Amino acid sequence: MNAELVTELEAPAHRTARARLVSALGPTTALAGLVWAIVQPYRITLLHPRSESFWWLVVQPPLLVIAVGLLFHFVVLPGLLEDLEEEHEASL
Amino acid sequence: MKPPSEHVHWLFATGFLVLGLCLLGEAIVGTDVWRRRAWRAYLWPGMAFALGVLLWPVMVFFTNSTLHMLAHGAWAQALMLAGATELGLVRGKLQSSWWRLGMTAAFLVSGAAFLIHEQNSWFFQRSAFLHHLLGWTLVVAAIFPLARCVRPRSQAVATGFALTFVVIAVMLYSDRDVAPVFGHISPLAGTPHR
Repeated sequence: MNAELVTELEAPAHRTARARLVSALGPTTALAGLVWAIVQPYRITLLHPRSESFWWLVVQPPLLVIAVGLLFHFVVLPGLLEDLEEEHEASL
Repeated sequence: MKPPSEHVHWLFATGFLVLGLCLLGEAIVGTDVWRRRAWRAYLWPGMAFALGVLLWPVMVFFTNSTLHMLAHGAWAQALMLAGATELGLVRGKLQSSWWRLGMTAAFLVSGAAFLIHEQNSWFFQRSAFLHHLLGWTLVVAAIFPLARCVRPRSQAVATGFALTFVVIAVMLYSDRDVAPVFGHISPLAGTPHR
């Protein structure tokens, strides 16, 4: 087989793998937070706000983890995928 | 209105998780793609610098001993220095990749501070265990920022560096004011409250 053709076939697959991997970061993080919330529901004080102080209501670690995952997915990722695509097109 | 210390650890864990995800993203797509947008290029070094700044109020308001005050002050300075050198590198004001030794120093200072300021043994209670674990993790993981000086384009080194922050975040999220660790808790530690 022509080596040049093999390179052309492999390059897009590699880039797709990078896009897939980086796209999975946010949902994986959010999923980890969700699993944590299910395993330790008492960490979500909003579910049973019984005389909790201000900080116990504001800082709820599983929700923070989910928020970080969503933040990355909806704020950082879209532009990153666009730039990755542009880099791919420029290299063709 | 002062938050319990465990809440402060969780808030910092959130900051380190953001740092870790950004660094993982950069390791996956490559530095060239990551830095195509200026705000993204400055995101994680700026975040590291901001975390260093935020450690100053921690130093002021959580001074339950001189040792704690010195440890938090050392972290604040080391993290600000590391963030500032990374910002300088991104901006192009600093050229040599050896400036990344600033991050190596931050890891070593932070690790040493964790180990020195924890006076109790590993299984005294959870926070003591985590202080030891965080300290040794940072000391050992200093190899990654050091390797970034030599091989700034290495994906393996970048991934290791990023995962270090994710691991630190997990450890900080595991922190509790008074809690057992693997079933161990010293009677001197107090009563677990949650």
